[in-house]
Amino acid sequence: MTSMLPSALRLPPALHRHRGLIILAALIAVLPLALRNDYHYDVVINAGLNAIVVVGLNLLIGYAGQISLGHAAFFGLGAYVSAILTTTYGWPALGAMATGIVVVGIVAYVIARPILRLKGHYLAMATLGIGVIISIVLNTEAQVTGGPDGMSAAPFTVLGYTFASEQSWYWLVGGALLLTVWLSTNLIDSPIGRALRALHGAEIGARVVGIDTTRYKVLIFVISAMFASFAGSLFAHHTPTVTPSILGFIKSVEFVVMAVFGGMASVMGSVVGAFIMTLLPNVLAAFEDFEPIILGGIMMGTMIFMPKGLVPTIAKKLRRKEAP
Amino acid sequence: MIESMIQFILAGLTSGAIYALVGLGFSIIYNASHVINFAQGEFIVIGGMSTVALLAAGVPLPLAIVLATLVTMLVGLALARFAIQPAKDADVVALIIITIGASIFLRGVVQLVFGKDIHSLPAFSGETPLNLMGATLMPQSLWVMGISSALIVVIAWFFNATLAGKAMLATAYNALAARLMGVDTKWVLLSAFALSALLGAVGGIVVTPITFVSYESGIMLGLKGFSAAVLGGLGNGVGAVAGGLILGIVEAMSAGYLSSAYKDAIAFIIILVVLVVRPNGLFGKKGIDRV
Amino acid sequence: MSLLKVTNLTKSFGGVSAIRDLSFTIEAGTIHSIIGPNGAGKTTLFNLITGVYTPSSGSVRFNDREVGGVEPHKLAELGMNRTFQNLQIFHNMSAVENVMVGAHLHLRKGLLHSMLRLPSLARSERETREQCWELMDFVGLAQYRHTEASAMSYGALKRLEIARALAAKPKLLLLDEPAAGLNDTETREVDEVIKRIAAQGITVVLVEHDMKMVMGISDHILVLDYGAKLAEGTPAEIRSNPDVIAAYLGTVG
Ligand SMILES: Nc1ncnc2c1ncn2[C@@H]1O[C@H](COP(=O)(O)OP(=O)(O)O)[C@@H](O)[C@H]1O
Ligand SMILES: [Mg+2]
Repeated sequence: MTSMLPSALRLPPALHRHRGLIILAALIAVLPLALRNDYHYDVVINAGLNAIVVVGLNLLIGYAGQISLGHAAFFGLGAYVSAILTTTYGWPALGAMATGIVVVGIVAYVIARPILRLKGHYLAMATLGIGVIISIVLNTEAQVTGGPDGMSAAPFTVLGYTFASEQSWYWLVGGALLLTVWLSTNLIDSPIGRALRALHGAEIGARVVGIDTTRYKVLIFVISAMFASFAGSLFAHHTPTVTPSILGFIKSVEFVVMAVFGGMASVMGSVVGAFIMTLLPNVLAAFEDFEPIILGGIMMGTMIFMPKGLVPTIAKKLRRKEAP
Repeated sequence: MIESMIQFILAGLTSGAIYALVGLGFSIIYNASHVINFAQGEFIVIGGMSTVALLAAGVPLPLAIVLATLVTMLVGLALARFAIQPAKDADVVALIIITIGASIFLRGVVQLVFGKDIHSLPAFSGETPLNLMGATLMPQSLWVMGISSALIVVIAWFFNATLAGKAMLATAYNALAARLMGVDTKWVLLSAFALSALLGAVGGIVVTPITFVSYESGIMLGLKGFSAAVLGGLGNGVGAVAGGLILGIVEAMSAGYLSSAYKDAIAFIIILVVLVVRPNGLFGKKGIDRV
Repeated sequence: MSLLKVTNLTKSFGGVSAIRDLSFTIEAGTIHSIIGPNGAGKTTLFNLITGVYTPSSGSVRFNDREVGGVEPHKLAELGMNRTFQNLQIFHNMSAVENVMVGAHLHLRKGLLHSMLRLPSLARSERETREQCWELMDFVGLAQYRHTEASAMSYGALKRLEIARALAAKPKLLLLDEPAAGLNDTETREVDEVIKRIAAQGITVVLVEHDMKMVMGISDHILVLDYGAKLAEGTPAEIRSNPDVIAAYLGTVG
């Protein structure tokens, strides 16, 4: 993370590390000026929730170099745990959310140990399979989950305050996103984060200098699943109905696309990727019939012309300009 | 008892034959380029849909089949030329995104050109069920199994007995060495996509009278084909065919004896178990990292 | 008790034996060189000792403990570390971060601790960075303190791997052709670095083709040919060994 800036311009380390977070906080603070109605808020809130998932997913894909084509299942599992516990069992929202995160963490751990030995396409297949299995179970166990019709969660109430308006949700999700970005940025720039990047960079080199690579792959898989569950719980309380469509293969692919489009191994890239890819379908709604063509075209185009993703590519361009 | 068992096996072999074709397509492309082509399922849809459209336009069935197959092969070539070749050196994740992007793109095109309706084709030789040891069999299932077997035999012959096929295998084994020996690896990539498109198209055409076709049917078929290829061991043609048949039979059995809602889940559970026990598939060789 | 004891070690790939029934010992506090023509099995031997490969048969004992087939990261914990002939650099990180990965074993790695970046972590990170910079200075990479690994030359990366291995504070350090591809000045620098490492009491196992360096620096030399032991002894003994002379005719200077 050494900067190319001359030392006089270098920020104090803590500010330098969190410069993205600071910019993001500023953007979140001023964005409401541009939001005209509840629909706008709704889109931005969903973008923020997706961004939480994608920041977590990017820890796995971008930093540790392991793919998951099943992350929507963890998002969906969190959503369903919150919906079921707060309605059927009348639990408080935060308790349900915490339970969801723990349950998903355990599920991810049990899955991760055997499958993270797999590499490349085999890992893609395994994670995809896990996602499909979880999605089929939730679709089929209709007595518990409402089946294809889905179910709703109770309103999100914390310490007697109920988040009801879109505005209140905006600030809630904004705060949750900032928390996620802060935790992730810290993690990346720690011994654990270095271990993850090392096993991506040269796995055998990492093992030989003392890193238990399996342990770190499992750890980051579990953590990224827990972030997804956290976002899923919030989503469940915000959306009118939780349906199995939120945890299918397509949704998992969308998360991966957001991470890759915004920029692998870039926390801010994940946020940018999530916002653009969430907003895009809404912008393209006018060309409804062309939406998949444009979406598919963007996916191919990004990977062919800027394989490192949007934010890293732009950052590199800017840095090159700065250098004499 | 025995009849229902035979019934399930026949159903499994029919869908398994299609999975085998798609899985074989995955393996051929994987060998030529180490790309997993998630757009493989779209070849099935394009093959089926084009035949439906041509037939509706008054083209006789045999000609419609040939034309639809050619159209699909052109799509395969275009995909290789414009989406895969420019990104040859990208890493695994990037290539996965490209081919998933391609599948979404093609799905969009199909939806635009042919609409969102579900279509079917008339069965090639009538709808009178045959009786096989108490189990019934639609004649179209025979077509599916027969044509798939024939294609698989032709593909096996192509790779083992023709110069072009051997050049493709050599590239899979060691691209650099093949290039040094004068094999045009660009040509190999294009051929692999054309060949996989052909397999997908023909599979799609023969199975459409049974399963119907819509712009969305490629997703699940693509995943099943990928599963078949992984189950057998990526890049292993025999493995892909075996994987496809196993997958088809497991699914049919689970649907029949356990629960039709869980048939896909059971298929995936079996794949996971296989991968945990054999990380490179049933027939894949164990790799060792060299340093 | 010797630090490393290899007994009847064999490794075959398919039908081909890369290491055949090899036995030797390494005493603590020495510089031990392993030489032999390309393909003799030197790197394979390193891979077997450091747990990258599992032996087909035979035993490797480190500090009187059987370690054949033990995972590499556990061996690093026990005090073994190495560099690679064909670099294993983390190109996605800065130079100093590469070295900091080497210090991983000695750092606190609590999850919450890291995610919340508690003050104790921030302090330990600062100290680790300082120490790793010093290690970079030690191997002659002072000018790369703020460089990304991807921007460094091959020769510099070879030394970066040495610094990374040292950061783990090993008892036994295996260096696989540290001077390959270096110019004369760089080779002399590496020679110096190895001597200083040994002077700190770290046992060094060296694979190297530069005979001048090997003969000048080693306490003990093992000569491999086709995966088996051809000769063993002090540099003087090796120099006058008829088998070695026959195999190396004219190349020992
Ligand atoms: N992973 C492997 N798979 C197959 N053969 C290998 C592998 N690693 C090494 N070899 C073979 O073992 C022999 C010794 O190689 P190596 O240890 O690299 O020799 P050196 O380092 O002495 O040049 C060579 O013939 C090499 O091809
Ligand atoms: Mg070697």
